[in-house]
Amino acid sequence: MNAMEPRPLVVEDGPRALFQVARRAFTDDEVMSAEYDAVFNRCWLYLGHESEVPKNGDFLRRMVAKRNLVFTRDQSGTLNAFFNTCPHRGAEVCREAKGNTKTFVCFYHGWAFGTDGKAKMIPGGDRYGADFKEQGRGNLVSVPRFDNYRGLCFVNFDPEAGSLVDYLGNAREYLDLVIDQSDAGMTIVKGMQEYAIRANWKLLVENSNDGYHAATTHATYLDYLGNTHAKGEEVALSGVGRDLGNGHAVVEYSSPWGRPVARWIPKWGEEGKKELDAIRARLEELHGREKAERIAFKNRNLLIFPNLVVNDIMAVTFRTFYPVAPDYMNVNGWALAPARESEWARQYRLDNFLEFLGPGGFATPDDVEALESCQAGYQNSHESGAEWNDISKGMGLDPSYDDEIQMRAFWKEWNRRVAPTLAAEETR
Amino acid sequence: MTLPLRLEMEDFLFEEAALLDNWKLDQWLALFTPDAEYQVPSTDLAKDADPHDSLFYIADDFERLEQRVLRLKKRTMWSEQPRSKTRHLLSNVRILENDDADIHLEAGFAVYRTKWGHTDLYVGAYDYLLRRTPEGMRIRRKRSVLDLDGLRPQGRVSILL
Ligand code: FES
Ligand SMILES: [Fe+2]
Repeated sequence: MNAMEPRPLVVEDGPRALFQVARRAFTDDEVMSAEYDAVFNRCWLYLGHESEVPKNGDFLRRMVAKRNLVFTRDQSGTLNAFFNTCPHRGAEVCREAKGNTKTFVCFYHGWAFGTDGKAKMIPGGDRYGADFKEQGRGNLVSVPRFDNYRGLCFVNFDPEAGSLVDYLGNAREYLDLVIDQSDAGMTIVKGMQEYAIRANWKLLVENSNDGYHAATTHATYLDYLGNTHAKGEEVALSGVGRDLGNGHAVVEYSSPWGRPVARWIPKWGEEGKKELDAIRARLEELHGREKAERIAFKNRNLLIFPNLVVNDIMAVTFRTFYPVAPDYMNVNGWALAPARESEWARQYRLDNFLEFLGPGGFATPDDVEALESCQAGYQNSHESGAEWNDISKGMGLDPSYDDEIQMRAFWKEWNRRVAPTLAAEETR
Repeated sequence: MTLPLRLEMEDFLFEEAALLDNWKLDQWLALFTPDAEYQVPSTDLAKDADPHDSLFYIADDFERLEQRVLRLKKRTMWSEQPRSKTRHLLSNVRILENDDADIHLEAGFAVYRTKWGHTDLYVGAYDYLLRRTPEGMRIRRKRSVLDLDGLRPQGRVSILL
């Protein structure tokens, strides 16, 4: 290899069924910096769900790719995303996690803004130049791009980016299967799980749609299902993984656990059976039998490139995560539910969620341990012979949910975006 | 007049903490009533949030708590295998209500968890509902309300708080 040629991070060789990812992709500072340039600053990123700001004047603060944002529904009902910084000299205009207001007031010198970002009141405003107002210099700055797909709100920091709908592409079919669970629309349940993992963010990408670590990593969860009769009729884990293009990917499969939409398990009793039968009947009415069965019985672990995970499993969770350092990420997790469902269903949904998911669940803590363990192993990422991860499972074979095609989909798009940026930075 | 009661409660809570720090989990579980609740709300929720309509980190009934303990004892419970070192410190015990059967109290806590060279701190307030039974003092509810903005860097509540 030419000494000037950058060392590859992803190596693919179809005929040899070889797919390798360099472990320094998980450890090196320059890789993370290239990721911000080429991925997080260019892709559509999930901001939040419209149900989180249901009423006019509702707002919340949120960090997205190191930006400090405020997400609002203004007095006319329009959704907005602004940089949470005063146009005057920079203080945060929103200092509460969430709430409802008509006005954001910057406490430093008292500039005030509507929830639509427009300047409302500037103390001493007559002391500014004639064009000050016309030029909008007193308004909050909107993120360059903001769009909404069926309630899921995304931002893009690249003003030149293509449309959200085109970006989502084939992944829309799977998002629709989640959103179509209810004709009343979906809502984010109160309470957000904020945590951190001492590992590279891409380990969580891989883990979130890794279909075959359950048997070993989550042995205690599977024991739990057995112990508590939470399992339904014996259904094996089986299904397929798919590359959806643009870096998006999914595994879709059947499973032994109960699903509030709508796979009954004995633990839920006769009352639960009635409830779930009614939900199923309604789904059939709305979508026809085939799609209804898919919504009800099939699990989906969907990745929207680069870092929105939608897992429609024993409950529905949305998850985003951003690297703070190569070996540290911040994670946000939410529970999604039909906007209208009975108290019974909501409770079982949340029970199901907590049994498996999140920092106190019977599974996620073991995922966290696995990811941190990989990261600890990557201390050897520059050692000869120990530089590569193997992501080749299932290459050249019929797709199965327990292969790694969905991870290869991510890595190919990641490499397409990151490699040129990294090469440019390395030769600089 | 309430001083002896508080001392009695503190003795009970200190013993409970010692069981946790020594990983005597079956003995710890035996302190709970069959209708017990063991909860850790997410950090953006109100202190009195309801796990039936809000997403917690943990909202166990007795059955799931029992399973949690069972899981913690397994070799395949990877996040606590090898086991972390923990230290449960509690203070500022205040009796809020005391009738014949039940005692409602609050206490401050600081729980340290050390593993793989990291020491993480969980700090907050315990909300306890304790019950006098013929078998002795039992825990009817233990809610650990974290004074944190998320589990960063703690990442998980795989230990018992
Ligand atoms: S920085 Fe906001 S008013 Fe001056
Ligand atoms: Fe997992």
